[in-house]
Amino acid sequence: MKALNVIGTAYRGTLEEQDDTIVWITHAMKGAGAELDVLLRGSAVNYAAKGQEVPPLSFGARKQKNAPHIAQDVAGLIGKGIAVYILDEDLEERGIAADGLIDGLIHIKRGDVAGLLDGYDHVWAW
Amino acid sequence: MADKTLTFALMDPPYENARSTTALRLIDIAIGRGYDVNVFAYEGAVYVPFALQKQHPNPVHGNPEADEEDHPLPREWVAALIEAAESKGVKLDWVNCGLCVDERGAAESIEGVRRGTPGDFWAMAENSDNTLVIPTS
Repeated sequence: MKALNVIGTAYRGTLEEQDDTIVWITHAMKGAGAELDVLLRGSAVNYAAKGQEVPPLSFGARKQKNAPHIAQDVAGLIGKGIAVYILDEDLEERGIAADGLIDGLIHIKRGDVAGLLDGYDHVWAW
Repeated sequence: MADKTLTFALMDPPYENARSTTALRLIDIAIGRGYDVNVFAYEGAVYVPFALQKQHPNPVHGNPEADEEDHPLPREWVAALIEAAESKGVKLDWVNCGLCVDERGAAESIEGVRRGTPGDFWAMAENSDNTLVIPTS
């Protein structure tokens, strides 16, 4: 069985979780033997931007350590053999240039998404 | 064993929007049709079967006592679905993501809910006829 995790909404609880929950569950399921790929669309295409960083977070005297590193986490998926697709039109709409992205992404056009989905037993839109 | 098995992944906590209630309605229908059902509660959804949910009165409704208001408790809905599955002779396997439980302090679930991992979700999906993810937005 092969599944595609579609991530369309970015930064849901990432400061509290120290990661994106769907990138995380993809890592976890891969570790459990799952065959998974990922499609980044919508605001989640920003997850592939190299230049992002989380400024220091503190509340009163409490300084929060270990900020999320989403682009590294996505690169980690690619390093595990997971195909990470990214929608070009959603990058263009946000003015995100291809040279500012992590390596190893597979760029696709919206018109090719239906064909991509056809290659999976399950498509999970998180 | 049922002819069909459906798996649901839920993400939303109770009392925030209608998605989890809609999911429970779908699960109710599936059980009524004699399907086995798996649920993987991820992130805030681990609070849906939280055992410490408590009814409250609602003076705005003119109900100063909790029993008059009969405020909905999603844990009771999940318990009712577990009972319905048992009486129908099918399975409702509700798994709460363990790490999600820990970070929320939500360990006190109703009877019939078990702790698990994303690996359980993958195994559920592998052994199901179909899987529906109902994410938070």
